[in-house]
Amino acid sequence: MNANTQNQSAVMSDTPKPVVKPSEIQVKNVSKSYGAGLFEKQVIKDCSFTIERNKLTVMIGPSGCGKSTLIRLLAGFEKPTAGTIELDGKRITGPGRDRLVVFQESALFPWMTTHDNIMYGPKARRENTKQNRGLAEYLLEKVGLSAFRAKYPPQLSGGMQRRAELARAMINNPDVMILDEPFRGLDCMSKELMWEYYSGLFEESHRTNFFVTTDIDEAIFLADRLLIMSNIPGQVRETIEVDLPRPRRLAFVFDDDRAIAVKMEALSILHKEAMKSFSGGSKAASDFVEAYSKRSAAAETAEQ
Amino acid sequence: MISKRLTKSLFSRSNLRAVIAIFVFLVLWEVGSRSKDWFGFPMPWVGHVPPPTAVLVAWYGLLGDPGYWQSWYMSTLRVLAGFLAAMVIGIPLGLFMAVNKTFHGIVFPSFEVLRPIPPLAWVPASIIFWPTQELSIAFVTFLGAFFTIVINVLGGAKSIDPRFFQSAQSMGSSQWDVFRRVVLPATLPSIVVGSAVGMGITWEVVVAAEMISGGGGTTGSGGGLGFFIWNSYVGGSYEQIVVGMISIGIAGFVCSELLRKLGGYLTPWLRKR
Ligand SMILES: Nc1ncnc2c1ncn2[C@@H]1O[C@H](COP(=O)(O)OP(=O)(O)O)[C@@H](O)[C@H]1O
Ligand SMILES: [Mg+2]
Repeated sequence: MNANTQNQSAVMSDTPKPVVKPSEIQVKNVSKSYGAGLFEKQVIKDCSFTIERNKLTVMIGPSGCGKSTLIRLLAGFEKPTAGTIELDGKRITGPGRDRLVVFQESALFPWMTTHDNIMYGPKARRENTKQNRGLAEYLLEKVGLSAFRAKYPPQLSGGMQRRAELARAMINNPDVMILDEPFRGLDCMSKELMWEYYSGLFEESHRTNFFVTTDIDEAIFLADRLLIMSNIPGQVRETIEVDLPRPRRLAFVFDDDRAIAVKMEALSILHKEAMKSFSGGSKAASDFVEAYSKRSAAAETAEQ
Repeated sequence: MISKRLTKSLFSRSNLRAVIAIFVFLVLWEVGSRSKDWFGFPMPWVGHVPPPTAVLVAWYGLLGDPGYWQSWYMSTLRVLAGFLAAMVIGIPLGLFMAVNKTFHGIVFPSFEVLRPIPPLAWVPASIIFWPTQELSIAFVTFLGAFFTIVINVLGGAKSIDPRFFQSAQSMGSSQWDVFRRVVLPATLPSIVVGSAVGMGITWEVVVAAEMISGGGGTTGSGGGLGFFIWNSYVGGSYEQIVVGMISIGIAGFVCSELLRKLGGYLTPWLRKR
């Protein structure tokens, strides 16, 4: 299972690891709407939370609750309608090298090989140095793509593309890594493999990470802190500290009592939010939902 | 090893099929052309076309004629001149229109008004505007490829996924770097397609322009393949008309094939694995 962590010490010793800055992002009363007047749509409403330094913060929420929108705000591609976002006390006003976003779908450059994609950032900043070239080799090894260095993205599998993208982001040594459902659409097996690759990368540096997902198992496996989103307009409903030991391995995470407790807690909140969106504010629908959940609860007790 | 592979690819199933198809086509053509002699009545259309054997004989006779090769040379030169000019002007123009809104706003309206005018409609005006006949033919040829190239480059550059720009930007790319390492390679496939289509149009246009303008001032068969065909028609040599037509077919095919090869070489990521 943990093949990725076995043969890396050799490469690691002669590659000086870059220093990781302990950065923190504070989201303060942020709102975001699109359109105006009659067509105004509020996607995020008075949302506040902290992405703590040196931690892997995972945000989970139903689709369409505004997670990607929030990420565009964090990245600085768009501006909030109200409220502020601060990185280490400095207000974020636009995109910057200190935050790197890994997108929902692959954004690897199809015209560059895996290796050239990873070296894009260093070359863009005229830092095609020996150290960075060594780091590229190290990362290729670390994400298991050394043999695919000369392939173009369309020639890689979905999981390989995602790993290449992780490496391409990591080499730039951002203060904060931001990931928007990076493993969505992968099959179950490659997804679990990705969790181990990714948490391995995190555990190595404890860089501040913000990870958005809709998958509860993924969230619990990865998170130090778990933020649970409400329905649209998005807000953080609940924060759960996931104090499972690291390094995390699939073999034990899902047998852990604490992990199961967190999962139940998170699911019950998500379930409530999902029900709210299902009834959509209509009285009749919410009555129906209530009656239905009572009935299924009764059925459950009858079974036992 | 290599020769074995070459033999294998030369005699592959698809190549064999192509050879057989062409052979059958030639036989049908031969039979059709000679239908009057053989069956006593001409087949419709093909009964008035010289048979391929006669064309081959005429062609063989022309192989030693410097005038014939001069026609090839003249047409190729004009095509290359017009096509290269269209690329040199068209590619930067398309790219610049894609990245600069103001420039796009100024140039695009006039471009869109001029674009639908068929290149051949420019022939008379072109003859009046340009001092030499040679320049007017080259200009019309240029127009043939120009609009196609510009519209392809513009479309290609405008449809680049915005996430590529966002990634590049957040990895610390300067504007020039984004242009060089994102916009340019992302547009390359459209440049290749636009050029290939443009090249085809160029051959269509040059031949027609040579026929209309009377072949660039030189007398005899020195005025390009278009003039060669026209001259053969006037001189009543139907075999030579067909030789001229096939020559143009070959020339266009070779040019397109070379472009496709070059394009494939420039865009390795589009190749099948
Ligand atoms: N640029 C936009 N203009 C209008 N509505 C948008 C825009 N971007 C997102 N939305 C709306 O915001 C909501 C949340 O979208 P998104 O942030 O992508 O959700 P998530 O990532 O949580 O699935 C959706 O209903 C979507 O229609
Ligand atoms: Mg999303």
